[in-house]
Amino acid sequence: MTKFIDLTLNGISTGAIYAAVALALVLIWRATRILNFAQGAMLMVTTFIASGVINSTGSYPLGVGVALLSGFVLGAVVERVLIRRIESAPPLNAVIVTLGLYTLLVAIAGMIWGNSPRAFPAAFSLRGYNVGGTTLLFTPNDTFIVLVVLGVALLLALLFRATSLGLQMRAAAFAAEVARLLGVRVGRMFTVGWGLAAVVGALAGVLVAPSVFLGPNSFDAILISGFVAAVLGGLDSPPGAVVGGIVLGLALSYVAGYEGSALVPLAALVILIVVLMIRPTGLFSAARERRV
Amino acid sequence: MLAVEDLITEYGPVRAVDRVSLRVAAGSVTAVLGANGAGKTSLLRTITGLVRATSGVVTFAGEDITALAVEDIVRRGLAHVPEGRGVIAELTVAENLRLGGLWRGRDAAPVEEMYELFPPLRERSNQPASRLSGGERQMLSIGRALMGRPQALLLDEPSLGLAPRLVAQIMGMVRRLADSFGLAVLLVEQNARSALSIADRGVVLNLGRVVADQDSSQLAADERLRHAYLGF
Repeated sequence: MTKFIDLTLNGISTGAIYAAVALALVLIWRATRILNFAQGAMLMVTTFIASGVINSTGSYPLGVGVALLSGFVLGAVVERVLIRRIESAPPLNAVIVTLGLYTLLVAIAGMIWGNSPRAFPAAFSLRGYNVGGTTLLFTPNDTFIVLVVLGVALLLALLFRATSLGLQMRAAAFAAEVARLLGVRVGRMFTVGWGLAAVVGALAGVLVAPSVFLGPNSFDAILISGFVAAVLGGLDSPPGAVVGGIVLGLALSYVAGYEGSALVPLAALVILIVVLMIRPTGLFSAARERRV
Repeated sequence: MLAVEDLITEYGPVRAVDRVSLRVAAGSVTAVLGANGAGKTSLLRTITGLVRATSGVVTFAGEDITALAVEDIVRRGLAHVPEGRGVIAELTVAENLRLGGLWRGRDAAPVEEMYELFPPLRERSNQPASRLSGGERQMLSIGRALMGRPQALLLDEPSLGLAPRLVAQIMGMVRRLADSFGLAVLLVEQNARSALSIADRGVVLNLGRVVADQDSSQLAADERLRHAYLGF
């Protein structure tokens, strides 16, 4: 029973990180119908920036703050400089551009920070809670991760549902031409959308870095899991991304705990295939026609 | 209020709008009529910047707006209700309305004003726009355009797909908007009879060219034009 509780709590914590990455992917997909294959590399860069700030100032909050800010700038610049030029191009162009950006960022990171993995500090203790003399795998840092991701999801929901900016972003995502005819500066909304997505990605980076170490390719596996979580929840649905992330985290945690961690990548792909076969739009995305 | 001079719009080798000139005064309705493919929708899309003019000039309230971005044209007080009504199905009725006035900030019309103008929308305010009937969608798209308190309104086929009773209602409302709010209305319609019944002036397009630009009553009385281009 203790093992089951351990795996469940661990799954929720890992799932929260998958949820954050999935949220970043979903925000961009909703806004521009682009799957950002460079998301993992972008959050790697911002995590390196956080690492540099923390090492030089000793302040974790400052490091995270700078990472989030640089994430927004990076996302906005990528949208304005690269994505804006291929908005009306065939979908394959976006795939090539984001894959190219991934390669570029990984190469630049290797040149600047080197290819050796380095440790990244955690916000809170990594020692498991002690309950009745038993030490759980779940740590205060895991609690922090879950609360932060849920808090971010809540803030995003508030942004989209309760603010004028959120309303304009949704309008731009659902019907860009109609939004333009209502005075919405659609290009600006896309830029903000990419910036916000990169902020969420940057957050995922600093949350997961203590457990994967920091290197140019450290986050590749996380991106794949985030992608599976996004598809599971529905690429159009931010709440779906959160639920998809948690569900995937739990599933992979049980697989790792009961069947061995070697099967985790296989299990993720099996889940992806099953979802695509049974409900291709995901669990939370309403299937609907879209004019393209 | 709104003037178009020698406007040409081309899609590659195809000239959709061919040296069109027209004027719409404040408080008046000008109907642009013609068969499918006559260039009516292209004309509206060029005026609001959705399509770039090949040549010609569009002026609004004395300002040349030909090269402005769509958002900037709208923000000068020129509202465009697109063909197919253009409501955003995923947003609620209230959100659609609010969106129309956001660029105006505090000077936007209150949503309540639109509910008074279009009572059926009030009880639907929290429902997604996808659940509205065709007539309600048309009301919503016009109401949403009015939220920004525009000076000119471009309507693209507002009667499309509506029952005759609703068409009469919508046309009556368009006339009242011009009379009560002093709006300059440019109304694109295939339903020429209905459009001419409320318009001050009628412009007939054929293959992108103006073949007639007359007082609406004169146009309605011109049997040759009616038979050749208007289908009644």
